[in-house]
Amino acid sequence: MTRSSTPAATGVRFAAFFGARLALAMLALATSLTLSRPAIAMNIQTVKSPGGIEAWLVEEHGVPLLALRFAFDGGNSQDPVGKDGIANFITAMMDEGAGDVTSAEFQERMEDIAMRMSFDDSKDALYGSFETLTVNRDKAIGLLKLAVQKPRFDTDAVERIRQQLLANLAYSDKDPDKVAGREWYATAFAGHPYGRPSNGSVETVSKITNEDLKAFHKRTFAKSNLKVVVVGDIDAVALGAMLDDVFGGLPDKADLAPVAKTEPVRAKQQIIEMNVPQSVAVFGLGAMPRKDPDFMAAFVINHILGGGGFSAKLMEEVREKRGLAYSVYTYIQPYQHASILSGGVATKNESMAESLSIIRAELKKMADQGPSDDDLKSAKDYLTGSYALRFDTNSKIASQLLGLQQEGFGIDYVDKRNKIIEAITMDDVKRVAKRLLIADDMIVTVVGKPVGLGKTVAPAAAGAAPAAATGAAPAAKAANPG
Amino acid sequence: MLTPLRLILATLMMALPMLAMNSHAHAAAVTTRASEFKLANGMQVIVIPDHRAPVITHMVWYRVGAADEERGTSGIAHFLEHLMFKSTEKIAVGEFSKIVGRLGGQDNAFTGHDATAYFQRVSKDRLPKMMEMEADRMVNLRLDEKEVLTERDVILEERRSRIENNPSAILSEQMNAALYLNHPYGVPVIGWYHEMAKLSRDDALTYYKRYYAPNNAILVVSGDVTADEVKSMAEAAYGKIPANPAVITTRVRPQDPPQIVPRRLELKDARAGNYSFHRDYVAPSYKTAKPGEAEALDLLMKIAASGSTSRMYKKLVVEAKVASSAGGDYSGHGLDSGTISVYGIAADGVPLEKLEAMTDAVFVDIAKNGVTAAELERAKSSYIADYVYESDNQATLARRYGWNLAVGRTVADVESWPDAISKVTLDQVKQVAGEYLDIRRSVTGYLVPDKSGVADRGGPPAAPAASSVVR
Repeated sequence: MTRSSTPAATGVRFAAFFGARLALAMLALATSLTLSRPAIAMNIQTVKSPGGIEAWLVEEHGVPLLALRFAFDGGNSQDPVGKDGIANFITAMMDEGAGDVTSAEFQERMEDIAMRMSFDDSKDALYGSFETLTVNRDKAIGLLKLAVQKPRFDTDAVERIRQQLLANLAYSDKDPDKVAGREWYATAFAGHPYGRPSNGSVETVSKITNEDLKAFHKRTFAKSNLKVVVVGDIDAVALGAMLDDVFGGLPDKADLAPVAKTEPVRAKQQIIEMNVPQSVAVFGLGAMPRKDPDFMAAFVINHILGGGGFSAKLMEEVREKRGLAYSVYTYIQPYQHASILSGGVATKNESMAESLSIIRAELKKMADQGPSDDDLKSAKDYLTGSYALRFDTNSKIASQLLGLQQEGFGIDYVDKRNKIIEAITMDDVKRVAKRLLIADDMIVTVVGKPVGLGKTVAPAAAGAAPAAATGAAPAAKAANPG
Repeated sequence: MLTPLRLILATLMMALPMLAMNSHAHAAAVTTRASEFKLANGMQVIVIPDHRAPVITHMVWYRVGAADEERGTSGIAHFLEHLMFKSTEKIAVGEFSKIVGRLGGQDNAFTGHDATAYFQRVSKDRLPKMMEMEADRMVNLRLDEKEVLTERDVILEERRSRIENNPSAILSEQMNAALYLNHPYGVPVIGWYHEMAKLSRDDALTYYKRYYAPNNAILVVSGDVTADEVKSMAEAAYGKIPANPAVITTRVRPQDPPQIVPRRLELKDARAGNYSFHRDYVAPSYKTAKPGEAEALDLLMKIAASGSTSRMYKKLVVEAKVASSAGGDYSGHGLDSGTISVYGIAADGVPLEKLEAMTDAVFVDIAKNGVTAAELERAKSSYIADYVYESDNQATLARRYGWNLAVGRTVADVESWPDAISKVTLDQVKQVAGEYLDIRRSVTGYLVPDKSGVADRGGPPAAPAASSVVR
């Protein structure tokens, strides 16, 4: 039971509640470390199974655990029109029975061997996460294989999960954060799959059939769009056999619908009235793609502006100096088909107008003047120094590496990454800030009863610009970019 | 085929000597065995080595939390936690986190009813600096009136985000207030709005001086470090702060009278997306329970309510289809009390009374007939596996030890937990079900969408009451 009021990109700052017994609940901590030494002392192997499936492996025999992370490219941007929410639906069905094992029995078997398996969807991929104790590895892999290759989609289970998804939607429809995120994407990416609601709507989720789920599974779970990372107590030979066992029976080729490159619209403001004491705003702009030579400079700028928690300008101006908000942040999110710099702020209705104008002013200031030398140095020191904090547990290592695979980097990126950041100059940052932070282009979605904000849509500039999208936090499915 | 519980336990036990040896750099963290010692000034120290990555988690826990607040100043524990990031003579206003960041570290803090903790995650070579800064603000905090007022606005916004904007959280807070008749656990950690709005610099400093001292603190360091290294660093940084004999280290809070009447609440709110049923019971905690009772409660609630293999889920969601989801758990980490919480989200058109009656039937059945051996075995292996999984994460470990020590439990308590869980019997589970799933010890809450509004269906469970609030 944790509730995070900020997206994964800002991480720990405001994480939330102890829910569980004994305070054993997992705390979503991020990591950090300073690298005057070799970057991350970690041996990443590339493994190719006898059947030709590739994976990255980090052996770690000190703990009798195995963490497996995998992704099928596609994700909820593959939801057919009118069937929004299928990818999300499937992720909830993966432990609901497979092969000749029905739902309740499957879940009991998982619990018997203390296996952990979960699935999640994003705009561009569907993610699997699997962990097992070494003692139970063979049995656990057997269940994972069934789930991945032969999910049942029994009617009874489908209807039960449908009710849960519909209940979630009913809740989300009244939650200002959720509504703000959803509507921001709908506005920024109108007409593009990124603009459709990831979890679907009551209308679409009500209509999804067993056959739809089967078809989606068949189309998107394949070897051609699979990425795998394994960290833990296993060697390359055993992993090769395991890869063939779990994934070998999938179709060779995924049948993915093409998704167009896109950019968010520009300069829009919308207010969605909701009777809450605190308004929630989501704002954002297009940004550069992950492989753009300016991406890492933009990543650094985001850190200085709003990504760096208490070191960030927005936090300084909105929270520390003026006490206007508890949470204000930005993050940069390179999706596969569009990239965005997005952020959010939540403040009492009376303060929303002021908060947004401060945010705009800070964007302008950063675009016009760039950061100070100190700001830039501090950001680079943090970003390089904290990189190792992302690699201090098996599951974090696996998530990080999967993210790099998805972005198309090689295993050498881990060693090169800090040098890339160190090489960024003030000139780079100033130039990229101008390119990136066009405050007048911001798309702003406010949910609540904000005082003193017009309802008009700001004039839209025509032409091409960077892409944008936001809404729900870019879940920590893979890793933070950069 | 049932769980290889014994195998899991064996794995666990094998790992222990490995860690104790602390030998080669990659002999990692499974159920890391912690070292424990005290500084001359009374500060307790726990060290949990994990040498897989050259990073550490540094935490200072104070044995004080929101339940120790003076009446009328609710929220001061959490407010002070925010203010601890302001300044000292050595650290300029707002610089604390920035310095940590420049050193490649991440920091934050959180407050619960029973403990308050500050932490940094950073490379091991920065540990002395983290200790120096943490020791400095333990006794040298400076607060400027204007900064205090600005930060007060921040915590009010935090309250709006966490509570006022969310009907589930409002109900949860109200239920908690009704659950405790006299004990300060009924007061939310973040505070009541009207009292938060009046908190002053003086309130903060009074609380600070009363409770923040080395003899009321626990240092927890996990990660790539040895007990000897921590000892010399801690003596240099924290050891030079004298013990404060005036600090209040006894923790005597007003206790509840016997719970003799069930309480019921209903919140109608247009912002509620779903009809939901909630029930909380007062139960003992690990600290207050008779031997084995808290472990039995954990197992009971795992079997009764946790996840899709639980009795509640099977009964309400799978079989009767009266709920779209249902579940619950036992929270036993409190100093003075634990709680049992369950919820159900109504399926379309099903009255909440129906969910409540079926939940009660599940509990009555367990109290009368107990659970099965298979269920108990499965629940045990699941918990014990959790314990092993969590040893993958040094920050989680630091938190586990810190919390337990902060409420007066011991390293041995933490490390013998899997063993204690494995020893719970069927009779014990049945016994605690009969004793603690007693309606007289409970509050029942209904969350009801106020008509005018939208969909008539369930939603996700209410956020649990804030038992801890993060900076």
